[in-house]
Amino acid sequence: MLSFVIRRLGTMALTMLCLTMIVFFLINLDPNLKKLAISQTEMHTSAEQLENWLAGHGYRQNFFVRYGQWLGVVPKQPVTDPATGKPAQRFTFCNDPVVPTFSGVLEGDFGCSTKFKTTVASKLFPALSATGLLMLCVLMVMVPISLLVGILAGMREGSRTDRTLSVASIASTATPEYVSGVIFTVIFASWLGWLNGSAASASQGITFYNFTLPVMTLAIYGIGYIARMTRASMVEVMTQQYIRTARLKGLSFGSVVVKHALRNALIAPFTVIMLQFPWLLTGVVIVEVMFRYQGFGYTLVEAAGNNDIDLLLGCSLVSVFIVLITQLISDVGYAFLNPRIRVQ
Amino acid sequence: MQVEYISAFNVVLGVLGRFWPVWIALAIVMGASFAYKKKLALYGQLFDSGVGIVGVGICLFWLFTAIFASTISPFDPLAQVPIMKDALPGGIEPVSKLIYYFGGDKLARDVFSRMVYGSQIVLIIAPAATGFALMVGITLGLPAGYYGGRIDTVLSFLANLVLAFPVILLFYLLVTPGIMDTPIPYAMAGLFFLFPIIFFSVLFWTRYKNRPDRLYILLGLTLVIGGWVYAGLVFDKDPLKIIHIDPNQLNIFVAVVFASSPGVFRIVRGLVMDIKTRDYVAAAQTRGESPWYIMLWEILPNARGPLIVDACLRIGYTTILLGTLGYFGLGLAPESPDWGTAIKDASRLLRSFIHPALPPTIALMSFVLGLNLLADSLREQSMKD
Repeated sequence: MLSFVIRRLGTMALTMLCLTMIVFFLINLDPNLKKLAISQTEMHTSAEQLENWLAGHGYRQNFFVRYGQWLGVVPKQPVTDPATGKPAQRFTFCNDPVVPTFSGVLEGDFGCSTKFKTTVASKLFPALSATGLLMLCVLMVMVPISLLVGILAGMREGSRTDRTLSVASIASTATPEYVSGVIFTVIFASWLGWLNGSAASASQGITFYNFTLPVMTLAIYGIGYIARMTRASMVEVMTQQYIRTARLKGLSFGSVVVKHALRNALIAPFTVIMLQFPWLLTGVVIVEVMFRYQGFGYTLVEAAGNNDIDLLLGCSLVSVFIVLITQLISDVGYAFLNPRIRVQ
Repeated sequence: MQVEYISAFNVVLGVLGRFWPVWIALAIVMGASFAYKKKLALYGQLFDSGVGIVGVGICLFWLFTAIFASTISPFDPLAQVPIMKDALPGGIEPVSKLIYYFGGDKLARDVFSRMVYGSQIVLIIAPAATGFALMVGITLGLPAGYYGGRIDTVLSFLANLVLAFPVILLFYLLVTPGIMDTPIPYAMAGLFFLFPIIFFSVLFWTRYKNRPDRLYILLGLTLVIGGWVYAGLVFDKDPLKIIHIDPNQLNIFVAVVFASSPGVFRIVRGLVMDIKTRDYVAAAQTRGESPWYIMLWEILPNARGPLIVDACLRIGYTTILLGTLGYFGLGLAPESPDWGTAIKDASRLLRSFIHPALPPTIALMSFVLGLNLLADSLREQSMKD
């Protein structure tokens, strides 16, 4: 087991290395750098001045050197001030060092956000905690509802409850966040006026009024999918011999479901819920943009829209890490929950 | 000048009336399917359940809407009639006396016509991108599952690499105006569009190796048609000028294929690993068939059931991805009538007007729902056998 986890962690590190390098390459394509230079310098700058800005801020060094600097295995060089000829800070707003230092992701320095004029860490981590809160609420709504729907549907396969709930779950998987978000806003905010169509005020304090719509929108897509998986697993369990035995020895249907079936039927949904995280990440971006909630997704869109290199790299690192770690947890957890599975 | 309106009942009647070519086509196809249900194999069995009929019906509805879009929609999707700005549903356009059935949007365009024309974009890109993703996934998944070993390790690592990217990040990196100045999208298109040609060439080669009369015709056809489409799509050098794709659409297309082929790869690989232990594969191996013959003519036909179901779900998923792209304003032109862009434009103004938001959302939702219902009933039917 231990060696399995260690090997997986090794693969994970390799994957992250490859992915960050790809992201680094794509963000630093020439057109993107030009765009960054244009947004960072004054209006109406000549192509030559743009080039000077890029070279002056170290964007024209060798690709691998720069990637190494970001990673923290190559020392970061201070820039040379053209006026005095002395080494100067690259970006004054985040206290870049004036002497060559190893200062990259491995040392805990995520770099400097050119859009927000601050360090990436001071922007990214508050945003992450805001999103964490949203995710927590979503999971608290999504998991119980979807498990309940799945169990009720799978309990008696082919019954009327099953068919109704199955069609409802299919409908919910066919509703992406930007569709359900619009429909819910129209119903609950525009017509009924019960809820707030914007969650911008949620950063000051969460209330039922401003937080329900984002949570609902995010949860609805996942509910259908998890419910369907739970149903499939439940249907399979209900055809097993031990369920028939339990029924034949005279137990009531309810207690068979609760005591014998549930335990085995809930193993598969665990994996599904874990693997749902990567999709939730995309959903988070849509919902946060739609409801103007200042979290991780909002930051990602801002970073991508303004070509904020270090911030976007930080965002990618976080999201890739989340995807990989949930995959690992789902594999390890599955082996724990289901003694029939042995990891090799 | 004041815009005059017709009643809600007349709006409903008018909309149903505008769809007349769709109703006729639907009636013909559904009627024929019912009549010859027994002879139509898996497709015919779909008509045994209510869910299947609804699924087929919705999918065909949007298919015919896309085909007859120019007849159905009363206005040009890009035409602006200033007086109809933010008009409510049922407004009568004063000059032509035609009706803005679902009202006008903030740029005074007809919401109904835009919804109808939007279906064209979705119904061309989504199935085509899914088709290419299937080709890429199958061509790479077959050897990975069949040979295992190092090929499998390398290909699976690459697939997992792409799958570990959150889709939205991938789109923000791959679908930008800047990237069109670099050769990356064209290189990727060149790579992906090669797969169908390779697939069909190997398919015919393995089967008709010993029958040159058939082989040369089929291989020649594949290479001529494939090369023609390839030249048109990748280099935009179609000698007959029929096949043409805008650079930004190519960009979207490539990004969508790139995002969804690893999923197909994983499914195909899993299916192959299961099927290759069967007796008929062992029999073919004993006969001395070549590995690619076994993969393409023994394993692949037996994996078709789950693959068809997956393809249906995947077209729906691709539609959602296209909507996401439109919603974030990536790739598609800002005035494009596709549903995602329309939802983006309308959702910013929900506080003042809700009518431009509803038609595209409901259209997208119903189309994906139709595909999901279709996939569900296909799965159920194939499990019965």
